[in-house]
Amino acid sequence: MSDKPTRDGFGEGLLELGRSNPNVVALSGDLEDSARAVWFKKEFPDRFFSVGIAEQDMIGTAAGLAWAGKIAFACSFSQFVTGKALEQFRLAVCYQRLNVKTAGSHGGLSVGADGATAEALEELSHMRVLPHMTVIVPCDAMEAKQATIASASYPGPVFLRLGRAPVPTVTKPDDAFTIGKANVLRHGADVAIIACGTMVAHALEAAARLARERIESRVINLHTIKPIDEDALIAAARETGAIVTVEEHTVLGGLGGAVAEVVVRHHPVPMRFVGVLDRFGTSGDPAELLRAFHLMPDDIASAVKDVLHAKR
Amino acid sequence: MPPVEGRPDITMLRRLAVDLRQDILRTIAAAGSGHPGGSLSMVELLIGLYWHALRHDPAQPFWPDRDLFLLSKGHGCPALYVVLAARGYFPKEELRTLRRYPTRLQGHPEKDSPPGVEIASGSLGQGLSMANGIALADRLDRRRRRIFCLMGDGEIQEGQVWEAAMTAHHHKLEAVCAIVDANQLQQNGPVAQIQDIEPLADKWRAFGWHTLEIDGHDIVQVIDAYDKAQTVKGQPQAIVARTVKGKGVSFMELNPAWHGVAPKPDELEKALSELDAAKAKLS
Repeated sequence: MSDKPTRDGFGEGLLELGRSNPNVVALSGDLEDSARAVWFKKEFPDRFFSVGIAEQDMIGTAAGLAWAGKIAFACSFSQFVTGKALEQFRLAVCYQRLNVKTAGSHGGLSVGADGATAEALEELSHMRVLPHMTVIVPCDAMEAKQATIASASYPGPVFLRLGRAPVPTVTKPDDAFTIGKANVLRHGADVAIIACGTMVAHALEAAARLARERIESRVINLHTIKPIDEDALIAAARETGAIVTVEEHTVLGGLGGAVAEVVVRHHPVPMRFVGVLDRFGTSGDPAELLRAFHLMPDDIASAVKDVLHAKR
Repeated sequence: MPPVEGRPDITMLRRLAVDLRQDILRTIAAAGSGHPGGSLSMVELLIGLYWHALRHDPAQPFWPDRDLFLLSKGHGCPALYVVLAARGYFPKEELRTLRRYPTRLQGHPEKDSPPGVEIASGSLGQGLSMANGIALADRLDRRRRRIFCLMGDGEIQEGQVWEAAMTAHHHKLEAVCAIVDANQLQQNGPVAQIQDIEPLADKWRAFGWHTLEIDGHDIVQVIDAYDKAQTVKGQPQAIVARTVKGKGVSFMELNPAWHGVAPKPDELEKALSELDAAKAKLS
């Protein structure tokens, strides 16, 4: 299957929801084309609301729509919506526990050439700490579509982190997707590689390379950062004894932090964190940036070898 | 319960305003903290809503077709709680639990706590966006109801308010009525000195709103403004209510010190007797 961005999966899922559920509405702050909500807008113009370049008002308006019984999908660039509207997420959406589903496109380094100001590298940490918020990072377009559809019937606020760059499809059409339930994509007992989003494909590639050196990795697609699948993480810690987390995001407080919080409580094992090391992004081709920021399969393999050293 | 037909008994409402001010002060004093100034300035604005303009039923707080009052200036919630209790949404004795754990009467409002409190607020500037969202949903659902959103004059320094003002204009949200309690003061002093927001009515007009400017303590003007706003088609309405922070208590009026401090027992007694005297003058 050809590579496809996760934002396309969101756009397809939203369009399907529009057809099946008249209660679904969508909003954007002049980024509906980028976030692929434009497909919904074209078919359901009455249920699409433009609020201008105003993320705070967009999230507040989405909260009002949800207050009145709608399932409101708000979309924008991941950085802008989470950064500008954090207080609106906190009070209007999460404190009131409303059905606002936010799609942040252009997450991670995938916006590439646009540079640091648009590259979202902290938003999983921001969203994860809000009570009642659910945080999902789909790994491919198919999973993004499943996650979008699942989030409509999942009660309360949901944040979906999407990417702009095409990514390989790693899930299969009949793979189950359940919010809060991690998917084990490869079995192995030496180490667990826990990844989300675009890094799942890299984790699988790293595992394949490591297998040639007789290192057997368990690869877990932790698509839901919150609520986190504690059982899957505890089993991984117990059964492999070493964990590497991988995310296209800061290593502070995101997927790696969330996994560590569970592991240290229940079954502490050595861990390594592959991610962006407390720095801003920069301009460049997205693939080039992933190399420059050490988010490639070889970087993951190195981290695995390092953590295995600590395990022994 | 339909809105009260015709003109309510104005003298009764003026006496009620004094009673509510006394209840607000007693409630904040019992809590030991809270915001008297901005609560006292909005009393007539709430009376005009809960005794006249709003279609509501205290016995059915979740009645789907009720008109909505969204308190965006969350620190004014003692006034809202006192009004809701007076209308029978919850027992008046509960006012004594304000700000005391565990209580439904949060220091700043929590949605549905108790039922009748429509939205959470307290982080300023957020109510109008929610009002717009509800109005958009109502339009899709062909539900006809009014949505009133009360803001402070200091509050509208928040940029989100003006984002929302543009949204309501763009979508022609005639169900939305913004009320600005222009009580002249904010926490650290006069609004005009902290950051001037005038010309206030012109600003709302420039943003495409049908705008009325009234004396927010004149109950007749308040009721007339709500009635007039309801007749406006194709345009949101803004009511700029000129008010006095701390209204009704001589030592609190236009005194920034009373933004967020509870009266001590002797101050409470003095305030209550001033209000008693004011009430005696209303025949």
